Amino acid sequence: MNATVIVFPGSNRDRDMIAALTAIGGKPPRVVWHQSDALPPSDLIVVPGGFSYGDYLRSGAIAARSPIMQKVRERAEAGVPVLGVCNGFQILTEAGLLPGVLMRNASLRFVCREVKLSVENTDSVFTSGYRPGAVIRCPVAHHDGNYFTDDETLARIEGEGQVAFRYAQGTNPNGSRNDIAGVFNDRRTVLGLMPHPENLIENAHGGIDGRPLFEALLKAA
Amino acid sequence: MSFDNHIEITPQLVADHGLKSDEYLRILDLLGRTPTYTELGIFSAMWNEHCSYKSSKKWLRTLHTTGPRVIQGPGENAGVVDIGDGKAVVFKMESHNHPSFIEPYQGAATGVGGILRDVFTMGARPIAAMNALRFGAPEHEKTRHLVSGVVAGVGGYGNSFGVPTVGGEVEFDARYNGNILVNAFAAGLVDTDKIFYSKAEGVGLPVVYLGAKTGRDGVGGATMASAEFGDDIDEKRPTVQVGDPFTEKRLLEACLELMATGAVIAIQDMGAAGLTCSAVEMGAKGDLGIELNLDAVPVRETAMTPYEMMLSESQERMLMVLHPEKEAAARAVFEKWELDFATVGKTTDDLRFRVLWQGKEVANLPIKDLGDKAPEYDRPWSPARKQPALRPDDVPQMDIADALLRLIGGPSLSSRRWVYEQYDTLIQGNSVQRPGGDAGVVRVEGHPTKALAFTSDVTPRYCEADPVEGGKQAVAEAWRNLTATGALPLAATDNLNFGNPERPEIMGQLVGAIQGIGEACRALDFPIVSGNVSLYNETNGKGILPTPTIGGVGLLEDWNGMARIGFAAEDEAVILIGGRRDGGGHLGQSLYLRDLFDRREGTPPQVDLAHERKAGDFVRALIGDNIATAVHDLSDGGLAVGLAEMAMASGIGARINQLDGLDPLPWFFGEDQGRYVITIRRSDVDRFFDELLPPTALFAPWIGVTGGTALTLGEARSIPVAELREAHEGWFPRFMGA
Repeated sequence: MNATVIVFPGSNRDRDMIAALTAIGGKPPRVVWHQSDALPPSDLIVVPGGFSYGDYLRSGAIAARSPIMQKVRERAEAGVPVLGVCNGFQILTEAGLLPGVLMRNASLRFVCREVKLSVENTDSVFTSGYRPGAVIRCPVAHHDGNYFTDDETLARIEGEGQVAFRYAQGTNPNGSRNDIAGVFNDRRTVLGLMPHPENLIENAHGGIDGRPLFEALLKAA
Repeated sequence: MSFDNHIEITPQLVADHGLKSDEYLRILDLLGRTPTYTELGIFSAMWNEHCSYKSSKKWLRTLHTTGPRVIQGPGENAGVVDIGDGKAVVFKMESHNHPSFIEPYQGAATGVGGILRDVFTMGARPIAAMNALRFGAPEHEKTRHLVSGVVAGVGGYGNSFGVPTVGGEVEFDARYNGNILVNAFAAGLVDTDKIFYSKAEGVGLPVVYLGAKTGRDGVGGATMASAEFGDDIDEKRPTVQVGDPFTEKRLLEACLELMATGAVIAIQDMGAAGLTCSAVEMGAKGDLGIELNLDAVPVRETAMTPYEMMLSESQERMLMVLHPEKEAAARAVFEKWELDFATVGKTTDDLRFRVLWQGKEVANLPIKDLGDKAPEYDRPWSPARKQPALRPDDVPQMDIADALLRLIGGPSLSSRRWVYEQYDTLIQGNSVQRPGGDAGVVRVEGHPTKALAFTSDVTPRYCEADPVEGGKQAVAEAWRNLTATGALPLAATDNLNFGNPERPEIMGQLVGAIQGIGEACRALDFPIVSGNVSLYNETNGKGILPTPTIGGVGLLEDWNGMARIGFAAEDEAVILIGGRRDGGGHLGQSLYLRDLFDRREGTPPQVDLAHERKAGDFVRALIGDNIATAVHDLSDGGLAVGLAEMAMASGIGARINQLDGLDPLPWFFGEDQGRYVITIRRSDVDRFFDELLPPTALFAPWIGVTGGTALTLGEARSIPVAELREAHEGWFPRFMGA
């Protein structure tokens, strides 16, 4: 799999993502610095977690407007799978590649803990490795993960099967509407999620529930 | 604007700079003339307690600081210890107490930023952080505000920077009402052949300023941190720095990239006393002079005076001496990361610290006297008064189960989940034990099996009752917590927090604690490789509890075999390792007395270092041989609390016997040292008692069996583990109102 990881100043889970892609994909992804105006041919583009530009403005707002994101948008339109995790999810919503916004957690505090996720739609290159209706473990670590959209958009994404993951069994850590933890674009080729599947891929992490996501992408590539 | 560098140096101005009159006379003597205003500022920055260690140096020299694995002991930005395979761990703990009380979020955040910088200045990538936090009484009006701000600040900085926080302490005591403690620890990994130091070498080489711009924040911070607080505390807010973890993250990446180019000769981060301290340290250590041209310093405010530039504590800044031929390559790295890069001076051979501004020399001082030859005091001290021992017939009674529930559901021993869930504990993907156990454990990236264990410990109430025993206990408990994971304790860092050293009884606490720490470190082969001293932790003449925090680091050869505290399976034997044959049960200075009866009485438990070592080495061997299935050290709250924590960690209960003829209260709540609870499989019981235990001559009674969903302590009523958890998890969120 030819994966590419986009790195902004302030990205900090880029190394975790690179480690996961390397361990599961069998070769290290290419790493593209935000100032680059060239994006290599890729089977998968990943926008990793972190605090791009410090997130002193709205999380992801500045990164979404950097030149490299124009290239990412072009690839996404061409159908290349794009995965955004945590800050990457925030960046993809700010870039308009995914519906909704991520507000400050309802508790107003950063939260790092393990949650349960139900896999809501397995019909995508990201989620096809999970059983329909599966409930998996996954850690979260964020300050701004409170997913919000207006009623109309919410009805649409719910109706169109764009909800990829939902916090399950009362583990919603941030106040997200409808317990939404991850959403697709309308073609289900772009996925953004707040939890960190890259931090649950080997026994040292205490579980491997994040692996099927990467394995499915590898299979599709 | 006008800046007068030659204003009259009045006694009031000298006092405002925290300099004593005899220190000022020494300055006059050294210079043979009156100092300029800028020079006075530089002396105040270098000779304050925080930077000079003038009250503690004499005693710190007595510590045990060497060992076969120690690559760098105290005196550098951080200590360095060899972990084999060409790798070393770099670590230090440092206080940010005064700023955190004045402005909790920024004070704590910049404390974390400062310690991370100390670690990556040496070329190491930070892999773990911890925080030892001490607040006033829960009911004090400021406590919740301070807890909320400090925890958010620690998280805000560390989470954004991208280092997992894997351990720490949170404690409450009214003695910290006016003076909280924020002790930040960081550790990093480095290749042993790529360690960077602050000692400058070579004359005429460029001194380069890197990182963020200089502003007026933090001017005089180190001097502020070297004085007691009074009622004017809120006026000191401008002396607190503002943190920018985003810039620090870029600075980390840029520094590591720059170091890889081979351009760096010496590097020093700008922490306390900023540009002054970093330049003087690099020069003084290398026996070189330094000339700085302040017109080249990147500033973010206009009309900054040389005095302000020299004393600013703006964060996320570094000073380096570079190979001149690689300056262009170095500049390119910093431009990529959009950080400032400015050549601000050069090394000289005249041992002077010269500062130029707008074409004029505003300071010209002997660099060695500012730095490594700063004043040193042998302050008078009086040994702590010995407390009378607690009489056995003076132990207040309480139902065992009630006492346990109240202890684990109270401020001292309740779960710290509310705190550590605000910290990113798993970033970097290597945290194999996260907060809640005896120590945090982080895998060594790039190695198939190795891991490092981290813990932070001290029991201030013991230290006050007996500073020597308290100092020993802090080291022993850190060593024990590392051992309880199966790690071999390697080395430690000490963060010594005390009151005003000009009072002989406070100085006596410091001297006693250092003596105890020294003894324990020697006996346990656990050298101190870095540290920090924070004195004047007093408000309106009331000192804190003496708090010498010990940050310990241990090495696991194979993390797959490490131990955890949770009972591992049903029907396993519960064994108390290292107990006293007479049952022990030391309740003097115990949490049982303090938290349940508000009595701070008696002598603290004695630490028998030979016993500690024997018990610890035995437990470590049992973990290594896969005999011990769960391990927990016993400390605050004794056996009852230790067992409850083991049950809560896994959900498996246990039935525990009290030894025949022993009084149950001291048996379950005594805080005797050098003890662990372990569990072993039934199939290993015979081998344990027949073969493994006898050669050690340790006392290790079989005290119970795991199983079920309740914890039963002797004759006391059974407590469902769910009820234990409810009490344990409930206090903190309730206290914080969320």
